[in-house]
Amino acid sequence: MNILEKNDKVKVRARSVKREFQIKNRQGKNQPLVVLEDFDLDIQEGEFLTLLGPSGCGKSTFLNILAGLDKADGGDILVDEKPLEERSYDRGIVFQSYALLPWRTIIKNLEVGLEIRGISKETRREVARKNLERVGLAAYENQYPHQLSGGMKQRVAIARVLAYDPAILLMDEPFAALDAQTREDMQIELLRIWEADKKTILFVTHSIDEAILLSDRVAFMSSQPGHIREIIEIDLPRPRTEEIRNSVEFSQIRKSLWALLQEEALLNQSYGAFI
Amino acid sequence: MKSKSFDYKKLLFRSIGLILFLVLWEIAPRLGWVKRLYLQPFSEDFMALVHLILNGKLFPHLFMSLERIALGLLLATIIGVGLGLLVGYFQRINQALDLLFQIFRQVSAFALFPVFILFFGFSEVSKFGIMLWASLWPVLLNTSSGVHDVDAVLIRSVKSMGGSKLYIFFRVILPATLPQIFTGIRLSGSYCVMAVVVAEMIGAKRGLGYLVFNSRESFLYPDMYAGIITLAIVGVTLNFILVAIEKRFTSWRVA
Repeated sequence: MNILEKNDKVKVRARSVKREFQIKNRQGKNQPLVVLEDFDLDIQEGEFLTLLGPSGCGKSTFLNILAGLDKADGGDILVDEKPLEERSYDRGIVFQSYALLPWRTIIKNLEVGLEIRGISKETRREVARKNLERVGLAAYENQYPHQLSGGMKQRVAIARVLAYDPAILLMDEPFAALDAQTREDMQIELLRIWEADKKTILFVTHSIDEAILLSDRVAFMSSQPGHIREIIEIDLPRPRTEEIRNSVEFSQIRKSLWALLQEEALLNQSYGAFI
Repeated sequence: MKSKSFDYKKLLFRSIGLILFLVLWEIAPRLGWVKRLYLQPFSEDFMALVHLILNGKLFPHLFMSLERIALGLLLATIIGVGLGLLVGYFQRINQALDLLFQIFRQVSAFALFPVFILFFGFSEVSKFGIMLWASLWPVLLNTSSGVHDVDAVLIRSVKSMGGSKLYIFFRVILPATLPQIFTGIRLSGSYCVMAVVVAEMIGAKRGLGYLVFNSRESFLYPDMYAGIITLAIVGVTLNFILVAIEKRFTSWRVA
């Protein structure tokens, strides 16, 4: 973690975070399942950090805790050196399933966060319009979510979060439900948006390519129990474009991450015999 | 917009069952399949209805019943939606009351009529008592299950934006539940129309239920059928109005 020595500002500091769930075993008795243990992570202000790991490694669990939607059973999480608050105006989440309110028009969906902050009607509409333009959907402001395609809905979801300008953006496999082409378009789109104001982003995915293309750093997670196994700095130049996928550097990083993932998969198989 | 002629065709097709039924009603007494004293051809019963309209005798009964239905349904909606939201939101309360509600729902309002009469006599209280009992459960149980079924990710999403419990309740849970609330109100509406008849059959001086019951006792069988036809029209119209309101409030739903 040499980046810490660079004297950058740490936005989120997670130390020894633990989370366990009660699950029913074969005998129908409750049994603890440790999802996160000794989870340490620092997220720098303004960085794009991706949690990468096999499914079930607890990456979404950490995101949910950071979002205030779940509680850790142990450890400390500091945001701007202050303990994490359950309710906060500082976080924005983009979910895989868009989570748009179906009874609201697109523009009204963008206003939700601003409404919660008690911002006046005129300003709300103005800010919402500006952010809808940012994702190129200004023409759709009076449509309902069900009239839009998956990719468009996710653009709206991103614009909705940007509209109330949270300090941290949490993205939980936001493009996983999209088709391959749309997914690649959205990745480039997200980069373009992020380049504009370099908001702190915690991104969760199990796609290696997506992680490399987007991130400043990739935190590779190991499971059972979930913790950070290795942090890889992605030294590819920015702004990045589609072509960077074909570069030698890109494929080198991909290769090393693949090796990690393979190792992890083998490890999981041997664990599998015990559960 | 679809062309008008298309709509007529569709309406005609959808009316086939009704038309066949009315034809059967018309010819069965004429051919002596049923006793003509007990069932007259449809045209005669329909004319009896026209007559009741023209001499104005239908309206006191109709308006009385409409007033009771409106009040009964309003009462059921207020109590049912209120309790349903409460029960749906607080799962602990739901667990404590669900069994009771499931049993209550199965107890016929008509079986309880004597009980209401025992306590409140032949008063309006007894009448509203059974109407409320008959129509409360659909709206209550639909509302509570609607609250329970709200997509959790919507709540999580708004919570992550910093939304308070109050905001989430009124701006997420309530609008998300609206379609099921309306389905409940619609069901309650038809139960209300059914219950008003029973409520008016005993100890009432006015109302369509009274008209039907009293006409039989006075051997005015065509008037009895005229009353029944009116009740059917009232029921269908009420349902039509409730569907229209529902559509207006839930137009965002995927067709």
